[in-house]
Amino acid sequence: MGGYFSDIFNGSKSLLIGMGITFREFFKPIVTVQYPYQTIKMSARFRGHIELIADEEGKPKCVSCGMCERACPSGCITLGSVSVEIEVDGKMKKKKVLSKYDLDFTKCSLCGQCVENCNFGAIEFSKEYNLASSNKEDFHFNLLKRLEERNV
Amino acid sequence: MSLTVLNVIVAVVIAIGFAALNAAYLVWAERRGAARIQRRPGPNINGPFGLLQPPLDGIKLMTKQIMIPGGADKILFMVAPVLAMAPAILSFVTIPFSETIVAHNMDIGLLMIFAFASMGALAVLFAGWGSRNKYSVMASVRAVSQNVSYEIPMLITAITVVMITGSMDLKVITNAQAGGFWHWNIFPSLHSPLMPLSFILFFICSLAETNRAPFDLGEAESELVAGFHTEYGSMGFGLFFMGEYANIVIGASLTTILFLGGWDCPFGLFPGVWWFLLKIYLLIATFIWIRWTFPRTTIYGLLNLSWKILIPLSLFNLLLTAGLLKVF
Repeated sequence: MGGYFSDIFNGSKSLLIGMGITFREFFKPIVTVQYPYQTIKMSARFRGHIELIADEEGKPKCVSCGMCERACPSGCITLGSVSVEIEVDGKMKKKKVLSKYDLDFTKCSLCGQCVENCNFGAIEFSKEYNLASSNKEDFHFNLLKRLEERNV
Repeated sequence: MSLTVLNVIVAVVIAIGFAALNAAYLVWAERRGAARIQRRPGPNINGPFGLLQPPLDGIKLMTKQIMIPGGADKILFMVAPVLAMAPAILSFVTIPFSETIVAHNMDIGLLMIFAFASMGALAVLFAGWGSRNKYSVMASVRAVSQNVSYEIPMLITAITVVMITGSMDLKVITNAQAGGFWHWNIFPSLHSPLMPLSFILFFICSLAETNRAPFDLGEAESELVAGFHTEYGSMGFGLFFMGEYANIVIGASLTTILFLGGWDCPFGLFPGVWWFLLKIYLLIATFIWIRWTFPRTTIYGLLNLSWKILIPLSLFNLLLTAGLLKVF
């Protein structure tokens, strides 16, 4: 019989403690992020799809060596370059210039081999994560175009 | 005669309006309250503070097609939601909101409300049986066993109050508590030293009667999909939902009348209907607070609580009150 009443007492006490906790929580500020209206800053090590890095003039740092293309295990990167003659110190010199940098993000596993293998620090992971789409073509990125758009 | 008929019609229309408005906005209050407790904002997109959410939900429910599962008992399936809502609205007719605001005061008002309240269990049983769904049947069996076992302590506690007052007329019960909050039934008096206890018993029972968490075994989303209204969509579901919230309002009103002095104002200040409304909404806020604090009980825990704790305690309280009333 003693156990009966102490059970009731302890049970009621624990219920009141629980209600006290929710009462206090009620007046605390909201902690959730209102997603479409607010977004959180991604951490430094977050891996989105890759993105070209621009130099001081806004041109891609990339020298079209193609190391990333070769390093990619899934073959998602397609590079293209053209030779152009530019004047350096009064002499005409041939130089490779990036003309195309396509990323097929449908195959990418975000392993990071391309970024690791780049000797010129020309590519990085973007912090983009709002990438949902029902259209496959939306995941074929033209990174050169994206870079131009970013510069504007 | 015609005046009384008109009176009743007006009263029923007002009761339906009050029940529907309360049901709609208590859902909103419940969602906002739950959100605050879980530290999120809750519905806040439609209108200021999400206040347009309930009418939009209503429109959504009303425009949906009524689906009746194959092999279901059509009549029971269609009757059940109506049966869930109708008693709730009918009970409003006899609840006195103030000295003058009462549709039809009856000298057996308390008995009438309990009679209608027990019809709610029938609606749950019809819905579960008529749906031809295992989950629904299981949920309705649970809900009915729960309603039956919680009605007993609830009635015994109500009888205690009736013995003290000597009437089942809700107006008489309220008037007996008039004149300052120390006259309210919740506070112990010479005749009934255990009144705070019976208030708590009654409150727990009214929580269980409305099938709400932590006693929502009739719904039990995590075990039984959606319980007895698994197969209901559109306004069938809407009626069950409104019925649940209307029952909450009735439970809170009844608790207010029996224990908190009805429309009686605590210090004799500003007498009027708002004291009644303030008290019931405070009780409803507590309902919501409790729902979002405690997890669901098991069916054994639930029945044990009723048969081993609530019924013995309420019986003891009844006998003690009867004895003290005889002595003093």
